[in-house]
Amino acid sequence: MPLVKAGQIVNDPYVRALDDAPIPDGVPVIAPGPRFLSDASELVVRDAPIGVLWPNDRRVAELEPWLDDLSLVALDFPKFRDGRAYSQARLLRERYGFRCELRATGDILRDQFQFLLRAGFDSFEVKKPADARVFAEAAARFSVFYQPSADGRLPALRRRLQGAPAVRVHDAV
Amino acid sequence: MYVYDDLDRTLVTERVAEFRDQVARRLSGELTEDEFKPLRLMNGVYLQLHAYMLRTAIPYGTLSSAQLRMLAHVARRYDRGYGHFTTRQNIQYHWIKLEELPDAMADLARVGMHGMQTSGNCVRNLTTDQWAGVAPDEIEDPRIWAELVRQHVTLHPEFSFLPRKFKIAVGASSRDRAALRIHDLGLRLHRNGAGELGFEVMVGGGLGRTPFLAKTIKAFLRKRDVLSYVEAILRTYNEFGRRDNIYKARIKILVHELGPEAFAKEVETEWQNIKDGALALDPAVFAEIAGRFLYPAYARLDDNPQELAQLRRADAGFEAWMGNSVANHKVPGYSIVTLSLKPEGGTPGDATADQMDAVADLADHYSFGEIRVGHEQNLCLPHVAQRDLPELWRALEAVGVATPNVGLVSDIISCPGLDYCSLANTRSIPIAQEIARRFHDRDLARQLGRLHINISGCINACGHHHVGHIGILGVEKNGEEFYQITLGGKADEDAKLGMLIGPAVPYAQVADVVEDIAAAYIELRERPDELFIDTVKRTGVEPFKERVYAAR
Repeated sequence: MPLVKAGQIVNDPYVRALDDAPIPDGVPVIAPGPRFLSDASELVVRDAPIGVLWPNDRRVAELEPWLDDLSLVALDFPKFRDGRAYSQARLLRERYGFRCELRATGDILRDQFQFLLRAGFDSFEVKKPADARVFAEAAARFSVFYQPSADGRLPALRRRLQGAPAVRVHDAV
Repeated sequence: MYVYDDLDRTLVTERVAEFRDQVARRLSGELTEDEFKPLRLMNGVYLQLHAYMLRTAIPYGTLSSAQLRMLAHVARRYDRGYGHFTTRQNIQYHWIKLEELPDAMADLARVGMHGMQTSGNCVRNLTTDQWAGVAPDEIEDPRIWAELVRQHVTLHPEFSFLPRKFKIAVGASSRDRAALRIHDLGLRLHRNGAGELGFEVMVGGGLGRTPFLAKTIKAFLRKRDVLSYVEAILRTYNEFGRRDNIYKARIKILVHELGPEAFAKEVETEWQNIKDGALALDPAVFAEIAGRFLYPAYARLDDNPQELAQLRRADAGFEAWMGNSVANHKVPGYSIVTLSLKPEGGTPGDATADQMDAVADLADHYSFGEIRVGHEQNLCLPHVAQRDLPELWRALEAVGVATPNVGLVSDIISCPGLDYCSLANTRSIPIAQEIARRFHDRDLARQLGRLHINISGCINACGHHHVGHIGILGVEKNGEEFYQITLGGKADEDAKLGMLIGPAVPYAQVADVVEDIAAAYIELRERPDELFIDTVKRTGVEPFKERVYAAR
């Protein structure tokens, strides 16, 4: 699965840890959520970055005490149409102030890129290589948004008040 | 009318481009049908029995004449010359080819129309009172609020993949013409004891196989808080709504399982975190949207002009139509005219392309270019000068939309049923047609008075059978079509779910049963003006049940 960051396909420096196997030293690791919580105080003092793969059926509030120590949170989309992780992402970014890498993993297609970006994700494990290759284009499909969200873009409701771009009211259609 | 600006138009155009890419990927095999399904659904595209179906959004049921002409064009160019107006104030086309869908959508986009969020597990097209902006009992135009919420939930980055669909209705009158209590979320604008305007928030209504009426979780929500509170409800639902079973995934089940108090508390906690953030409504934002609703420049006219009174006395047909299809307008000298899409022998809610064009022309002539679609699957001309009513009536007769049966026994709400729908177990349309034929006699129909018959061809309840005064639900038994009959349902401000009267009856007997029920009502009612629904309320279903099953 290609990893996309900052619009580019990149190598993934992280190794996935399992639930029970030893965690390797010296390399960035993504630990499963329950394992991370049970060993958190040890894991956060390792000599390499630590990330967590958080399930989409537990509150992200549980991670709050560790967010300053985590270099990555990966949120799961077990199915394309299971949208729980969008809420988790916005909460991590907007309520808990998480600023490091927020990764979308699972059933990720090009048709979600813009939603994911707007919810606050900044890295993407993309299911299909063809989708990863057109990331930049797919991520720019829409230029107008109605709602404020984690990406800080000005929503239409505000753009209208600022007159940027100039709002021309057409005749009634 | 709400006037789209460049931003609204750009978004719709970008959506068409995205859908074109998705269809191309589906046709090339790059997308599997499983992957394509949620994408097409979010653009209103279903795969039905015979072809793809396109459902087009008519936000809060308001159309301009130019938009209605475009709907006629799409019916003619891409379908078989007609469209079907739905109980959610939308229109759907049943015979569209997948490869032509992007072009049909591009045509619709030229008049600011689209199929966005008319299907799929997202926030659906918002609905409201079809008399919004013109009803005498209204405290404020609910469409402004519906538009504000519509914009906020359109392509929402967090709420486009909810556990299940989410339907919102907004009302602002003492009479509920928007069926608020059968929606996932109902917002009722009202005045509190201090005279301030705000919303009663009702959550967890819905029909389907587990019908519930929505529960009020907040009696008074300040206007400034409407978006943040809706966001808190949607977030709670997105996180905690069930995803393990499609039949338990609607918010009504979450509200039911948690209990309304616990659900309200969860929402309240979430809301406290966000209510003073970016979603607190800036009055300037609201004013900007309100300012793009244009209202007609009404003339100063008197109510009941002479020419009207004369024709009412002289022509019984006109008098019948006036008494049935014409309602009071908030502006003196004007009326609201309902156009019946329920002619005898027709399919409830269907209109041909020619009828749509003709109605668009009449709207330009007589109704400031504006048309409404109601959830009862009729159309409406919302601003007709009373002095024009005789002329308009003759024109509507010629178009075939002046049947004076609005609200009467043959004004039937029906889903498409097995004739079109791949989910249906039974036919609905032929049942509606047969009932309309039995009650062909207009005097009989008038004697029966207000009587709503709702028909669904399966448990999904698209025909809203639970809230029909007489509800008819098709079920399949050993490969045969049977129908369960309920009585006493209604979707107004005093909403109730209907009561089952007994065992299901076979297809051939449904119209007989309805006749028996009508006859029983005539005998049981205390006065000629006791409505059917009030008789059922007074007597219960027992005497009707006896009548129906005594002979069977």
